[in-house]
Amino acid sequence: MLFRYLFILLTLFPLKTFALIEVDITRGNLNPLPVAVSPLSIEEESKNNFKKILDIDNLGSEISAVVENNLRQSGLFNPLSKNAFLQKPDIANLKPRFEDWNLIKAQALITGKVTFVDEKLRVEFRLWDVLAGKEMMALAFTTVPSNWRRVGHIITDKVYERLTGENGYFDTRIIYVSEKGPKTNRIKKLAIMDQDGFNNKYLTLGNELVLTPRFSPTNQMVTYLSYFRNLPRVYLLDIETGLQEVVGDFPGMTFAPRFSPDGKKIIMSFAKDGNSDIYTMDLENRIVERITNHPSIDTSPSFSPDGKYITFNSDRSGYQQIYIMSKNGKDVKRISFGNGLYGTPVWSPRGDLIAFTKLHKGKFYIGVMRTDGTGERLLTENFYQEAPSWSPNGRVLIFYRETKTNSKGEGFSAKLWSIDLTGYNEKMVETETDASDPSWSSLLSN
Amino acid sequence: MNLRKTLKNGFLVLLASLVLTACATQKTTTGQLQSDVYTGSDSVEYLASGVADRVFFATNETVLTTASRETLRKQAAWLRKNSKITVVLEGHADERGTREYNLALGERRANSAKDYLLTYGVSSDRISVLSYGKERPVDSGSNPLAWSKNRRSVTVKAN
Repeated sequence: MLFRYLFILLTLFPLKTFALIEVDITRGNLNPLPVAVSPLSIEEESKNNFKKILDIDNLGSEISAVVENNLRQSGLFNPLSKNAFLQKPDIANLKPRFEDWNLIKAQALITGKVTFVDEKLRVEFRLWDVLAGKEMMALAFTTVPSNWRRVGHIITDKVYERLTGENGYFDTRIIYVSEKGPKTNRIKKLAIMDQDGFNNKYLTLGNELVLTPRFSPTNQMVTYLSYFRNLPRVYLLDIETGLQEVVGDFPGMTFAPRFSPDGKKIIMSFAKDGNSDIYTMDLENRIVERITNHPSIDTSPSFSPDGKYITFNSDRSGYQQIYIMSKNGKDVKRISFGNGLYGTPVWSPRGDLIAFTKLHKGKFYIGVMRTDGTGERLLTENFYQEAPSWSPNGRVLIFYRETKTNSKGEGFSAKLWSIDLTGYNEKMVETETDASDPSWSSLLSN
Repeated sequence: MNLRKTLKNGFLVLLASLVLTACATQKTTTGQLQSDVYTGSDSVEYLASGVADRVFFATNETVLTTASRETLRKQAAWLRKNSKITVVLEGHADERGTREYNLALGERRANSAKDYLLTYGVSSDRISVLSYGKERPVDSGSNPLAWSKNRRSVTVKAN
């Protein structure tokens, strides 16, 4: 029941105004838009009811804190300090005094109201254009109270969409590998958390090595590599039921799994007698199809969003490079030609770019290039980092980074990082433990 | 008098061991790598007297060196003599590569060792192969020497 929950869109007021505020998303965080997130107003009775159910003193403030944090983390917005707010939340939500908000240089204002109705949480919020003195959007949701953080994420998505003209990515989750223990014998577990690091949960116990989890397009299933019984194989895990199964019956290691965009197939590598090739397996009829047949290492496959093409890395030229081919393995074409080694290609959800890891002169880079290999841009350089995964709107990349140990082999750590496509807003993503192999879900609500 | 002598001797021994340690350290940083392949014995264990359990590889390589082939011939002779023993060849890579590619590389390294054992008369049903990629380094260092110890195929008794 993680993903199927009660969520009713109650009212949708027609939008009467044009977008007057515009966020320049091509420039990253150079000029983040000043925005005031007024705490959502809440009356005493509702407040007490939520306190009883959720043990939260003021749910209105907590939901607006989720929104505020999301906006700040995006790098595109600058949420203003609440200390400067002159208007009370309940009055601001009814009719903002735009002069007051203009005074503190807010260009956009978010207000709202939280009520307890029939054991449910009802949230309404409004987005205001301060300079034009107009309402830009008004929405209301009703859901179960335990979903309150998701309400904050959905509000952020709506605001982000209205102000940038692009889809949001806040009502999403990250699946990753949680790590601990010495570098020579890491204990690894699958873990899942909200995009902002909250609601962290472990999905495996750490009894066997697990690697490279990836979401299905509907976010209900995860495919990953497990060393269960010392047989490295691709597995499927149902997040709701916890059921796990091996994908296919291969007489050797299967690895590097990903779903096809329609969720019907898993594409992966199968290694046998020192050679790794790419295969797909249809999850319905279990038919296995061989996609590449080459004595080199072919791995890290990723479908284009339309499912017509596959990008992968291969060392058929002598070194690890990025290739694309049609979905049946025909028309293989190398696309990376810069200096160094290229790996882990992942097709952008928008279809126009491929993100990758590059190794050159002892440094690791996360970068993007067009699907024909032109326009290579390196976003970040480090001692070790790899495995980018796209946010569902194709704006942000999440990846992992490992530290260099000292001369005694101490000081190892692995952390998740994210960076905007523009190369700005590079930041660490907080996790309870060390973390690697992140994979970003699609939007949970749509 | 006696005490002073003992102390003096002790001091000399201490001094000597310091000098020796210094030599040993120097050796690890310079003498244990030959064109990128580890030639030392730090992490090496033995399947039987004189039969080393592992072979090492150059960066991104899966070719067996002369020394590796000699080690594997000894392993093959030992396996032929002990015909009931089965082994797992565990292939590994260093940390300077992407995870998935390194899994494939480890598999290729273990198979290159396996192929050599096969040509020296060990039957294939006694050998299985398991790649750990970069997941199980023996040396947690982030330097060329540590990486060279980690690029390996280890023959492990399975029964």
